[in-house]
Amino acid sequence: MSADKIRCDACPVLCYIRDGALGACDRYGNRNGELIRIDPHILLERTIESGREVVSFLHRDKEWDGRIVEPGNTVITAIGAGTTYPDYKPAPFIVSSEVAGVDMVTVVTEGIFSYCGVKVKIDTDRHLGPETAAVRANGEQVGHITTAEYGSQMLSLGGVRHLTGGSKKEGRVTCETLLALCNGQAVEVSVDGGAQVLIEAGKPPVIDGKPEERMRVGCGSATIGMFAKQWRDHVDEVVVVDDHITGVLSEHQAGKFLCVRDTGIGIRGHRSTPGRYFKVAQPGSGWGGTDLMDPLAILKPFDAKEAWAGLRLLMVSTTGEHHAYFELDGTLIPRAMELPETLRQSVERISENCEPALSTVLFMGGAGGSLRAGVTENPVRLTKSVRDALTRVTCGGAPVYVWPGGGITFMVDVTALPANAFGYVPTPALVAPIEFTLRRDDYAALGGHMDHVRPLRDLFR
Amino acid sequence: MSRMQSRMIEGGRLHLNDGPIDLIIGAGGPERALAYGAARARFATVLDELCAELPLLRQRTNRRPEGPTARRMWAATLGHDDFITPMAAVAGSVAEEILAAMTSAAKLDRAYVNNGGDIAFHLGEGAEYRIGLVDRPDNPSLFADAVLTSSDAVRGVATSGWRGRSFSLGIADAVTVLARSASIADAAATIIANAVDLPGHPNITRLPASGLQPDSDLGERLVTRGVGFLTQREIAEALNRGVTRAGELKERGLIAACALHLAGQTRTIDRARAQRFLVNA
Repeated sequence: MSADKIRCDACPVLCYIRDGALGACDRYGNRNGELIRIDPHILLERTIESGREVVSFLHRDKEWDGRIVEPGNTVITAIGAGTTYPDYKPAPFIVSSEVAGVDMVTVVTEGIFSYCGVKVKIDTDRHLGPETAAVRANGEQVGHITTAEYGSQMLSLGGVRHLTGGSKKEGRVTCETLLALCNGQAVEVSVDGGAQVLIEAGKPPVIDGKPEERMRVGCGSATIGMFAKQWRDHVDEVVVVDDHITGVLSEHQAGKFLCVRDTGIGIRGHRSTPGRYFKVAQPGSGWGGTDLMDPLAILKPFDAKEAWAGLRLLMVSTTGEHHAYFELDGTLIPRAMELPETLRQSVERISENCEPALSTVLFMGGAGGSLRAGVTENPVRLTKSVRDALTRVTCGGAPVYVWPGGGITFMVDVTALPANAFGYVPTPALVAPIEFTLRRDDYAALGGHMDHVRPLRDLFR
Repeated sequence: MSRMQSRMIEGGRLHLNDGPIDLIIGAGGPERALAYGAARARFATVLDELCAELPLLRQRTNRRPEGPTARRMWAATLGHDDFITPMAAVAGSVAEEILAAMTSAAKLDRAYVNNGGDIAFHLGEGAEYRIGLVDRPDNPSLFADAVLTSSDAVRGVATSGWRGRSFSLGIADAVTVLARSASIADAAATIIANAVDLPGHPNITRLPASGLQPDSDLGERLVTRGVGFLTQREIAEALNRGVTRAGELKERGLIAACALHLAGQTRTIDRARAQRFLVNA
């Protein structure tokens, strides 16, 4: 067999498929020597049973995780519906189906978005780079670091300036980066003056080669605030070791509020506000993101005027991963003891409250332009209809957040869409599925292409 | 996990899929669930059985294959002068095989197995089906319908055309055949659609089948990939060739009726049925 034919192993027919052609099933094809799945439509159904069926229908472990995207009845998604640009023709499929006795119309199209990008949330406390620093892929700027969120660093990638406003290569690399991220593939970016980050939607980020595993429950100080009440009756002092802010129960506002007695404890490091210490040690892979292996190294000798023999001390990290329990002996030296059961529960609770660190990717795009003409002859009425909540917008069947104000600017979690739901055109611009669902009479009222409405059963042929 | 997919779809129908085969199954009667169970069970191994004999089924041969579905294909395509391999009847034969499993497991008022437009059906006493006909398989819209009753001998319908999923040697948009079984209808539709042709016409694009699908049973034969402008006279001439071939098959008792469609013109075989055939035309 020559190189331009491949053998499809998706089923026992084992078709030989030429480049650019499809197999006997019309589902699998050869694109540039690679076997790809091409579905005219992916129809998702509501029941758990069909959720399972969707998994096996794709018959590959990675492509679909079994999530039921949409709690509706049958959802016609726009994936693979195809469209033209500019969108002067009626949308490829305008599907009607009976839902609860009401004749519903779903206008299914794939929108071409030149105004689009992704917002990436990376769960880490590591410094990825200064705010507004350029984020690059293959040397081209594809976006920048934006305002950090609690426990997460944020990237803003794509957008019309990188897609079409810069060099040809910048546009192409930006489009490739967005497409890969939206389709759930891993992308490596580097931040000017910062880190190298491997991003994959729904997977832990890999920062400078190290996978991030868990988000800490909060900084050391926040941990004190969260657990102070659970500790008060079982222990005299708690130190939450954290590279960012180490917290000390008896000195902390929360401890004061609960009338925790002074313990004469002393912490090495810079005191910020009462009970909160910066720089108790160097960053590292020991306790709480520090280089500490022995937590006692951050303690000064206890003050004999306040401390007492038998004082109970818990030291714990912000993930609960490290912990130790001590009691002071007659010379006020901490002696390691076994962790009492009541304290073990609180340590486990810290650990329970640490969520897995992930990269998450939201696609954001504006469907304000000619795309609307594929849906109705009077485009602004579609926008108004979305505003008035008469028309529901979904993206590949997944729920979207529609930004208030003008236009139809929406955000969607890319992992809520079926695999490979996004495409691109050489403009360069991204192609994303978008569905508008509304009552048939509302559709007629907004100037819909009623003559192109097809019953759902037609698409099952 | 089994490769085969099974799910219920609206209207109480069953959708089965395995590799390139998609079946939409409907049945009426108190034992419907039993019938659907039998369909699932039988369908689970059909594709594997066929693939085991695929090289043989892609040849014109007198050697009888082993599998029951393969035998239906082979029998339906025997005895024709035209080049045709058992693969020409694969869709109808699979439909027939599944329907047979259903009717032997359960008592049904009526039932059908639709394999991409090639349909096998069962009609109990007094039952009938109304079948819609499409003019172009790639762009389905109904141009006529046919009512089939239990007193008719027809238990299969099949459509073939160059725009459909299988290759055609002819230029018909669609040839729909009613016959006593789906496998026979499938083979006959293929033959008649191949006959609707204008050999050597410059506006018809043809390419070797093997160049499009390396393992096609049609080998180097030229298959239709595009039909440009044809005059009304040319359309009529092409349809005439098909009608002649269909008439021969009817003479031999292989088909009950046939509708041929090309570029907006429709012809039918079996005048007695023509009225019903074109009731919505």
